[in-house]
Amino acid sequence: MSSTLTQGAYIVAGLLFILALAGLSRHESARRGNRFGIAGMVVALTATVLAATAGTGGSGWLGLLLIVVAMGIGAAIGLDRARKVEMTGMPELIAMLHSFVGLAAVLVGWNSSYEITAYPTIHDVEVFVGVFIGAVTFTGSIVAFLKLSARIPSKPLMLPFRNWLNVGALVLFVVLTVVYAAVPEHAVFVRHLLLGFVTLLALALGWHLVASIGGGDMPVVVSMLNSYSGWAAAAAGFLLGNDLLIITGALVGSSGAYLSYIMCRAMNRSFISVIAGGFGVEGGTVAAGDVDYGEHREVTAEGAASLLTSARSVVITPGYGMATAQAQHAVAELTKRLRTSGVAVRFGIHPVAGRLPGHMNVLLAEAKVPYDIVLEMDEVNDDLAETDVVLVIGANDTVNPAAAEDPTSPIAGMPVLRVWEAKDVIVFKRSMATGYAGVQNPLFFRENTQMLFGDAKARVEDIIAAL
Amino acid sequence: MRIGVPRESRPGETRVAATPKTVEQLVGLGYTVFVEAGAGARASFSDEAYREAGADVIEGAVWNADVVLKVTPPTDEEVARLRPGTVLACLLAPALDPDLVQRLADAGVTALAMDAVPRISRAQSLDVLSSMANIGGYRAVVEAAHEFGSFFTGQVTAAGKVPPAKVLVVGAGVAGLAAIGTASSLGAVVRAFDARPEVAEQVESMGAEFLRIDVEDDGPSADGYAKQTSADFDAKAAELYAAQARDVDIVITTALIPGRPAPRLLTEEMVASMKPGSVVVDMAAANGGNVAGTVAGEKVVTDHGVTLLGYTDLPGRLPTQASQLYGTNLVNLMKLLTPQKDGEVHLDLDDVVQRGMTVAKDGEVMWPPPPVQVSAAPTPGTDVVTVDTTAKPAKQPMSGTTKLALAGVGAALFLLVSAYAPPPFLGHFMVFMLAVVIGFYVIGNVHHALHTPLMSVTNAISGIIVVGALLQVGRDSVAVTVLAFVGILVASINVFGGFRVTARMLEMFKREEPVR
Repeated sequence: MSSTLTQGAYIVAGLLFILALAGLSRHESARRGNRFGIAGMVVALTATVLAATAGTGGSGWLGLLLIVVAMGIGAAIGLDRARKVEMTGMPELIAMLHSFVGLAAVLVGWNSSYEITAYPTIHDVEVFVGVFIGAVTFTGSIVAFLKLSARIPSKPLMLPFRNWLNVGALVLFVVLTVVYAAVPEHAVFVRHLLLGFVTLLALALGWHLVASIGGGDMPVVVSMLNSYSGWAAAAAGFLLGNDLLIITGALVGSSGAYLSYIMCRAMNRSFISVIAGGFGVEGGTVAAGDVDYGEHREVTAEGAASLLTSARSVVITPGYGMATAQAQHAVAELTKRLRTSGVAVRFGIHPVAGRLPGHMNVLLAEAKVPYDIVLEMDEVNDDLAETDVVLVIGANDTVNPAAAEDPTSPIAGMPVLRVWEAKDVIVFKRSMATGYAGVQNPLFFRENTQMLFGDAKARVEDIIAAL
Repeated sequence: MRIGVPRESRPGETRVAATPKTVEQLVGLGYTVFVEAGAGARASFSDEAYREAGADVIEGAVWNADVVLKVTPPTDEEVARLRPGTVLACLLAPALDPDLVQRLADAGVTALAMDAVPRISRAQSLDVLSSMANIGGYRAVVEAAHEFGSFFTGQVTAAGKVPPAKVLVVGAGVAGLAAIGTASSLGAVVRAFDARPEVAEQVESMGAEFLRIDVEDDGPSADGYAKQTSADFDAKAAELYAAQARDVDIVITTALIPGRPAPRLLTEEMVASMKPGSVVVDMAAANGGNVAGTVAGEKVVTDHGVTLLGYTDLPGRLPTQASQLYGTNLVNLMKLLTPQKDGEVHLDLDDVVQRGMTVAKDGEVMWPPPPVQVSAAPTPGTDVVTVDTTAKPAKQPMSGTTKLALAGVGAALFLLVSAYAPPPFLGHFMVFMLAVVIGFYVIGNVHHALHTPLMSVTNAISGIIVVGALLQVGRDSVAVTVLAFVGILVASINVFGGFRVTARMLEMFKREEPVR
């Protein structure tokens, strides 16, 4: 197989990947987009396998066998996981998949370090960059996976001088890269030692970066790791001089970065402050919590049901609590019941609700809620004042009026769903505890707010029973 | 302790202070409840129903109970029947009838005025004025519709077009808002006016147009009620009433200022200027009336054919509903007085709600209570928030020049690097840069609901890194082959798993099914 044909196949595949991402931006074309992606992958893999195994200089039958075995095992594992995963477990799966890209990038980087090229200096630098990004992605994703699946606590790890540790690791990386490029080719042992050291350094950095970020910032972390996995692939592309890898990596990298940007904007925080970890740590204003908010009112499931039946329009704003309580099916059932009795029900989704960008949408889609009544914060915010009842299910910081009204609040300026403008608000909550940001929510003490305590799923089912 | 619920003695009073439902709740609080025979008859509650709910239905002796729950103020005869130490809860109007309060104090009764509940959020559940005003507002519209000779809603019929009725509601308190809601749900065109411009939003939310006049705003009152207005305001408001009176078909006035006679809003001339057949409901008739010519408790038809309704028993005209809400208010009061649910009254005078309602206790007159500041409307110069704002200086966004300078430095650095970089690197970099830009634009308008599928698909295609491993497997050293093998394996998980899970998710996103 001629190398120009391979190049041609890569160009086709690159185009198909771009079409795939473009298709994914709208519901109508999303499925077609996914198919474009699959087609691009088939083209690229076929061309590569042929190029790698056939002809002189190819790895021959042994190579093909190894490839088939490795891909077979990988495919079996991947398809199995994809088939079984719960929609509530989607953040974990995504994080796990990121880690594989990171690992693959590290492996490709190590392998490339054995290659001899015409431009040793730039190649050395590329090896280091590829391995470094790959390793950070790898351990970062593993920590994210562990946190999301609650195998380790999701509260931020607060090492002393943690920002300096991060910066120090970066500086050390640059220094080591320069040293590595300067060490002559034949000093194999020293080169291995350097590469090994930088790998460990990056693994440690990835671990620390994500460990110091708390649960509520996870949407940013996951999209950031998505971005990293792209940059890792792009770095591998530079290493191998492979344009397809570069294109794909850059596409994924920039799309992940854009998603991170959207998430950060939704929290009114800079990317740097999210990465630096913690919440409200820099100002220390969290402590001033002695303000008397008054008393909250409770409501029974029956009371909520009668409010809902007499309402003309209802908006439901779910949060991570809905995912943890697995309440999406009950919520969907409630929605159906209300809609058949003529109540206009819509959903308002805050961009950072849940632990993954778009997490709530996927959960609601799983429960067969039609996507055209699932609206974004900006689409629904202006209508809230005309809404009769808002159900807040497992959301807290994303509906906190303090963000809009109290300039001294740690979350001041964060765009929030203005649920308090509605006529009545019912908040489903397990207790009066604060949300992720550790900020008290004055919403709970508003005159038009009633609290419905207990497990969200059980309470929603109670309401359905009472209807 | 025993709770007694007497039959209301005032002529025309239809309500009762407890319903079978509230009796059940009172029993649940640990009380023994005695209801006078026939007490609920006019509100459609039979003695049998009370018995079933757990009350003892008796004659007369209810006045011997430890707690007496009533609707209207007691008559002299009834006061005489109360024993010293009895807790009495009913409407007392302590500001208008200080003599009665004095007599109750002399009798040694602990008197709680249900119409003196402080206007704070916590006390809303026992605020009888709100619950009765709500009913009154509803009934005012119903009475007006009864007298009015036309439809409320506009219609186009085979027999001709009917214009909608125009309704003016003055005073957007609880009663006014209830009237607005009822009138607009009957299809009328509703306008409303209130001296407090901050209620405009509530008025509009109920479906009415809020009429405004142009005067200097002097802020909300401290206790949540309307207060007296300035001369300038009154003059402009009068102009507005005069103009509206000529135009509208129905006027409902609800303007009351606590402890004062009701303000006169519509003069005789204004009433005279109204169209014949128009109806005016003066909900303030009991306190002197907002409209010239209304007679408390009476229906008056003027020479010009305008009907003036001065009914003072509007809530009582819905006796079942009114008793239920009044009874629930009393249950909430008893809950407050019975924190341990042990059937014992514990009156806590340190609590502003209980203090505000208590007008007589141990022979002493307790009215008026110390003023309560409400937190409903923000007051200027509040000193509640004491957070140290100096701790966190506001971050300045980067200025344009700084950004430009940084970009310049970056470009210079890149040019410096490229001067020494090998040619293939720059070719690749060109591809890289273009792909980044494309990625950014392609993703830029992604639908928010598709963030997760987007991430899983990018996940799958970033598995393209498998290409690198594919090219390395089966070559040179064993170490390289092993590493490449592992690389292919993990990247394949990504490729297959990523596409599969994306497809699965996208299958779930369904548009609404077309209505059959």
